[in-house]
Amino acid sequence: MKNTIRVHQFHGGIHPPENKKQSTGAPISLAPIPSRIVLPLQQHIGLPADPVVRVGQRVLKGQLVAEAIGRISANIHASISGTVVAIEPHPVPHMSGMKADCLIIESDGKDEWIEHQGLADYTKLPTQALIEYIRQSGIAGMGGAGFPTDVKLHLGDDHIVNTLIINAAECEPYITADDMLMRERADEIMGGIEIIAHLLKPLHIMVGIEDNKPQAIRALHAAMDNSALNLDIVITPTKYPSGGEKQLIKLLTGVEVPSGSIPADVGIVCQNVGTTSAIYRAVTHGEPLISRIITVTGQAAAHKQNYEVRLGTPLADLLNHSAVERQQLQRLIIGGPMMGITVTDEQIPVIKTTNCLIAGSIKEMPPQPPAQACIRCGMCEQVCPAELLPQQLYWFAKGKEFDKARHHNLFDCIECGACSYVCPSNIPLVQYYRFAKAEIRKEDDEQRKADHARQRFEARLARLERDKIEKEERRKQRAIDAAAAQAAKKDAALNQAPTASVSAAPEAGTPDLKQLKSNAAIARTKLKKAEKALNNAQDKGLDGIDTLKETLKQLQLKSAQAEKAYSDAQNAPAKAAAPVLDLKQLKSNAAIARTKLKKAEKQLANATASGEGDISALTAQVSLLQDKNIAAEKAYKAAESGPSNAAAAPIDTTELEADIAALQAKVDKATSAWQAAVASASPAADKMAAGVEKLTTKLKGLQDELSQARAALPASSATVDTTELEADIAALQGKVDKANSAWQAAVASASPAADKMAAGVEKLTTKLKGLQDELSQARAALPASSTTVDTTELEADIAALQGKVDKANGAWQAAVASASPAADKMAAGVEKLTTKLKGLQDELTQAKSRSEAAMPAAAPATAAPDLKALKQQVSIMRTKLKKAEKQLTELPEGADNAALMAEIDSLKARHDAAKALWDAAEADKIAAAAAQGVDLKQLKIDAAMARAAVTKAERALSKAEDDQPALEAELVTIRAQADKLNATLERFSD
Amino acid sequence: MALIRITSPHAHRPGNTGSVMLTVLMATLPGLAAMTFFFGWGTLIQVLWGSLLAIALEALSVKLRRRPVSFYLTDYSALVTAVLLGLALPPFAPWWVMAVGISVAIIIAKQLYGGMGSNPFNPAMVAYALLLVSFPIQMTSWTAPFVMLGDGWSVLSLGETLSAIFATPSTAVDAHTMATPLDIMRHRGGFTTEEMWVNDALLANGIGAWHAVSAAYFMGGVFLLYKKIFTWHAPVAMLTSLTVLSTLFFLLMPDQYPDPFFHLTTGATMLGAFFIATDPVTSATSNKGKLWFGIGIGILVFVIRTWGNYPDAVAFAVLLMNLCAPFIDQYTQPRSYGHAKPNRGMK
Amino acid sequence: MSAVFVAVLVLLGLGLVFGILLGYSSIRFKVEGNPLVDQVDSLLPQTQCGQCGHPGCRPYAEAIVNADEAINKCPPGGQSTVEALADLLDVEALPLDAESEAEPIKKVAYIREDECIGCTKCIQACPVDAILGAAKQMHTVITSECTGCDLCVEPCPVDCIDMLPLETTLNNWQWPAPKPGIELIATDRQPSIALEVKG
Repeated sequence: MKNTIRVHQFHGGIHPPENKKQSTGAPISLAPIPSRIVLPLQQHIGLPADPVVRVGQRVLKGQLVAEAIGRISANIHASISGTVVAIEPHPVPHMSGMKADCLIIESDGKDEWIEHQGLADYTKLPTQALIEYIRQSGIAGMGGAGFPTDVKLHLGDDHIVNTLIINAAECEPYITADDMLMRERADEIMGGIEIIAHLLKPLHIMVGIEDNKPQAIRALHAAMDNSALNLDIVITPTKYPSGGEKQLIKLLTGVEVPSGSIPADVGIVCQNVGTTSAIYRAVTHGEPLISRIITVTGQAAAHKQNYEVRLGTPLADLLNHSAVERQQLQRLIIGGPMMGITVTDEQIPVIKTTNCLIAGSIKEMPPQPPAQACIRCGMCEQVCPAELLPQQLYWFAKGKEFDKARHHNLFDCIECGACSYVCPSNIPLVQYYRFAKAEIRKEDDEQRKADHARQRFEARLARLERDKIEKEERRKQRAIDAAAAQAAKKDAALNQAPTASVSAAPEAGTPDLKQLKSNAAIARTKLKKAEKALNNAQDKGLDGIDTLKETLKQLQLKSAQAEKAYSDAQNAPAKAAAPVLDLKQLKSNAAIARTKLKKAEKQLANATASGEGDISALTAQVSLLQDKNIAAEKAYKAAESGPSNAAAAPIDTTELEADIAALQAKVDKATSAWQAAVASASPAADKMAAGVEKLTTKLKGLQDELSQARAALPASSATVDTTELEADIAALQGKVDKANSAWQAAVASASPAADKMAAGVEKLTTKLKGLQDELSQARAALPASSTTVDTTELEADIAALQGKVDKANGAWQAAVASASPAADKMAAGVEKLTTKLKGLQDELTQAKSRSEAAMPAAAPATAAPDLKALKQQVSIMRTKLKKAEKQLTELPEGADNAALMAEIDSLKARHDAAKALWDAAEADKIAAAAAQGVDLKQLKIDAAMARAAVTKAERALSKAEDDQPALEAELVTIRAQADKLNATLERFSD
Repeated sequence: MALIRITSPHAHRPGNTGSVMLTVLMATLPGLAAMTFFFGWGTLIQVLWGSLLAIALEALSVKLRRRPVSFYLTDYSALVTAVLLGLALPPFAPWWVMAVGISVAIIIAKQLYGGMGSNPFNPAMVAYALLLVSFPIQMTSWTAPFVMLGDGWSVLSLGETLSAIFATPSTAVDAHTMATPLDIMRHRGGFTTEEMWVNDALLANGIGAWHAVSAAYFMGGVFLLYKKIFTWHAPVAMLTSLTVLSTLFFLLMPDQYPDPFFHLTTGATMLGAFFIATDPVTSATSNKGKLWFGIGIGILVFVIRTWGNYPDAVAFAVLLMNLCAPFIDQYTQPRSYGHAKPNRGMK
Repeated sequence: MSAVFVAVLVLLGLGLVFGILLGYSSIRFKVEGNPLVDQVDSLLPQTQCGQCGHPGCRPYAEAIVNADEAINKCPPGGQSTVEALADLLDVEALPLDAESEAEPIKKVAYIREDECIGCTKCIQACPVDAILGAAKQMHTVITSECTGCDLCVEPCPVDCIDMLPLETTLNNWQWPAPKPGIELIATDRQPSIALEVKG
């Protein structure tokens, strides 16, 4: 038999004794069915499979028991029928001898196949479906690394596959599994090759086989010579490691797979003969990969031959079946003598990649003598199939110069062991390389991790920095806002003619709602101010009333414009959302109507006050407007009552309140106008009185409505009310203050308006009191929990009042000093303020006592979370105590530790207190629990903890000789506690 | 029997460093025989005396370094050093010359650097160079081959040789010493080599002895090559570069420079090519590196022989190239499988 | 006289030429930042643990480069980091400035979750945001992000954080280094032990 293809050469290689003859004497025989199989979930690189059966479930032979997750992963099937008895860590074939998760199945002896059927004609199936079918069968490379085969079959998708190489070299000594497979099942192999060829569509197929298998070569020729495929059987000279993928590719094609690439990158795909046979069986018979051929050999084995073994069979079964002499067995190798791994546990199972089992005797594999120094003889270099400098790599690995090792292409080492084989100094070179590779990988990994950590650290710093800046900006913004508010206030005080500054407002246009709103508010404020000024002027009978009126009109206009612009802008973007927004529209309409009405009323009042203009016309207008207003409000309310529900209630009250406030303002104004009129003996006074009357009535009606609404509100909204009330009060207080100051100013300037002002102040104060009463009522109605907040607020109020009292006192004294006539009045004011202050203080004490009373009442309700909090406190105390104690013990002998001791004592006391509290709480809890059935588990845990504490204390006691009494005392208490807990436990566990 | 867990591979080619060294020792036998045959008992006595010293000193050093003595002695590397030095020394060199040489070789050149495998210089050559510089008279007093003396084959008996080496040098020895061909070459005056051989019958008669000894070394080297103890690269490169250079100069000025055959067959050329340049510990690593290493030695041998102060040059050439070996290693890494071109340097 | 002139002119000319050359190269070959700090920083293990007395790895790197800080103050990096730094900076490798082992075992933090009270103190301490949790909720460590810096251990008020060595699994198991030849003293008479794989 001659090659039709030129065989190339690869560098190096060795010719170790073959030892293959021993196991080729007998044909492949079936190994007995194991009584128990162990299927490791991970049999290759990539991800472990995911079990799809439960413990206790019955499985049939060929049934899927674990499913591939991810691309590089393979299905696992039961190789016998039986019951899944465990999924647990079990020794697996791995260099480390460690355990890994395995699926253990106990045989039922029936060896019952799951229903299975091959594909009638796989060529009709789409490629993807066929590959998926092979993937489902759990087929993995049976030569070496056990790489899932379907991944390789997919290579045709993104690579051009010119050459398919079937690896039949089987270059390692001892192993004859592929040899025997080829001799006996060449047809299956041929079938598998056809399937792979169908999938990958290579131009050329080469079967690489070493010339030491003449019978296999004959069998292959017999099976393949009539094939329609472009297929060549290439006989290569026997040389280890010609079966290495890269070496075989070099031998057959002369092409080298570039470092770091896969063969498919150069258009080549390799498959092992065992894999082709498995593919054939899966496709034509529907049999998943559940058995494989394994060579059992070695001097300690009596029957050296190949068996077809179910995957998962423990090695012990195989060894027993081959009558391995355990006395002689010294090294048990899975795989070949060059690259196989030694195992020490006979319970390790056979997996998909197990091709050979060598039961080596000590004579056959004598222990390697200790390593001598490397003499740099270069023999390793002569045999290295990867053309490396093994001895240089050895020096670098030994000296941990990993950079240099990498530079010398350490990662191209295939760990074939040829260098170790020839090394005259018996240096375990391969282990050095494995060690160096692992170290380099670890370093790379650590470097990656460090980079990652650096990124995360920097991201965190950036985040913190951002937070800080944002906080700072918010703070600045607040400061600016406050300054603006201050400035606005100042403006008001200065009472400047506002004409110039308002003009910009309406032009701002649509976009900035906020801006518009604030514009509107400013306009309103200015308007009010102007009105006030006008009133003032009128009262005093000053000149320029006309101009002021003019201004007022303009302002009114502007204000209306601004408000309109605002409401327009508000409505414009909001229109899209249906009824609610309509509601808003209506509401704003109503508001506008109201405003207009107000204005008209004001005008009327002005007019009547000054006894000028067409009062009747104005009155008519007012009534018209009032009608309009009522209509608008009606429409709004109607609209609102439609969609409104319980949730809408609070909104109602606020609106009502706003209405009330507006009305009240009107009433006030009207009253003052009326008074002015009275003072100036105006004829309109009577009419005005009537108007005031009317307004007051309206106000009352509204107030009634409000109280009703409030009553209708759920209790929860009470808090909202109080805050609102409080806000009201604050506003009022502001007004009172302002009025006070105005009054004082008037008094100081001996203005005739002073008396009136005093009355106004009086009224305001009364109102304030009323509100305050309301507040206190509301507060009383509130749940106890909010009392604390109240007291603080009260306290703040008190402080503010005190400030005022002081100021008033100062003013009064100043007045007295200047012999001002207002001094007496001021004194009265001061008196009043002081009284108020006292009242507030009383309130505070009351509130405090109330809250204290409320506290214990609240406690039981919150007992459950309290227990947790108590526990935390206890543990925090304990930790603190521990830390302090540690500090104490760490202190040098004789140092001043009195302070520390004191601290520890206090901590201990606190700890004890906390513990006592907790215990009490817990006792309560236990009692409570006893009432409704006990949480036994918790109790048990507690008891166990107590016991642990006892043992810990005992240990501490035995360790610490010096501080015995204290420790003993502690032990006693802990023991008592433990006993108590145990007792409780017993009580409840019956 | 308890199963053991060890790293693969589980098969190992028989043999160890000791057997490699023994093979080398075996390969020196033809040369040793030829030396004894042509120059009397002296060389044999030197080799035995050196071996004795070497083993003793090696054992002492290993003991002092607290290493297992028998383990290190059985690598036989000390014996190889002793044999090589013994072959290189003049057969009648006094006993203390060998003692100094072996002490330097074993203690300073080898053990102080960390023992076998760690020495940067070939110990035998370090010792030889040191002796040559320190004791030029003793080191250049070569015995004339017996054939040259024309009065029979056994002028100096074993006893006389022993006393010549270990007792005071007798006048009998003086009578037997003469310049080596390389010395003669150096002081030949205006003659060409051809003329020299023609002019001096005695020399013409004796040169055959040197040729024979070189041939014996060559045989040993071929044996080692056959045994795959080393590769052909270093010796072939050395001999080739020496031949090429000497041919070039000989063809240009035959009356000034000796012919290449003379270069190849006299002095320590063959010994150096097959036993010194191939010392794995101190030579370059890769095949390519060994080629450059050999070429360097060949060139240096020619340069020193032709223009240098000392008659022979192998020791100096080898030492100089030992210095260069790490450098050569860095730039002569082989192209590994799957790489387009070899790596250079150390990065 | 003219000779003096020539000399002066030549010197001036040379000065000018070299000045221009230097000025040009200082612009042309300007190095942004300090690459040495980056290099040093990349050698540090980035645990951000502060055991060196600096508030993070980068500040330590800056201190090494700019303030002649000792290179042996990084316990998480171990002796190998010290050596790498010595190699980079071409200074003497010092022994690690700590009583800790030369090659520290890699550890990660674990929170005993039933004892955690949800105080978020460890979250704030973690330099790489590897702890997950919220106030009053149990916290847990994202093991893959933990650098083992120890910084979360101290702030814990109930001492429920343990630093545990990383577990060895099949996937991160690695071949041990072969025993060095010095072992021969002990095993001279029983040479077979020398090559057994440990563990």
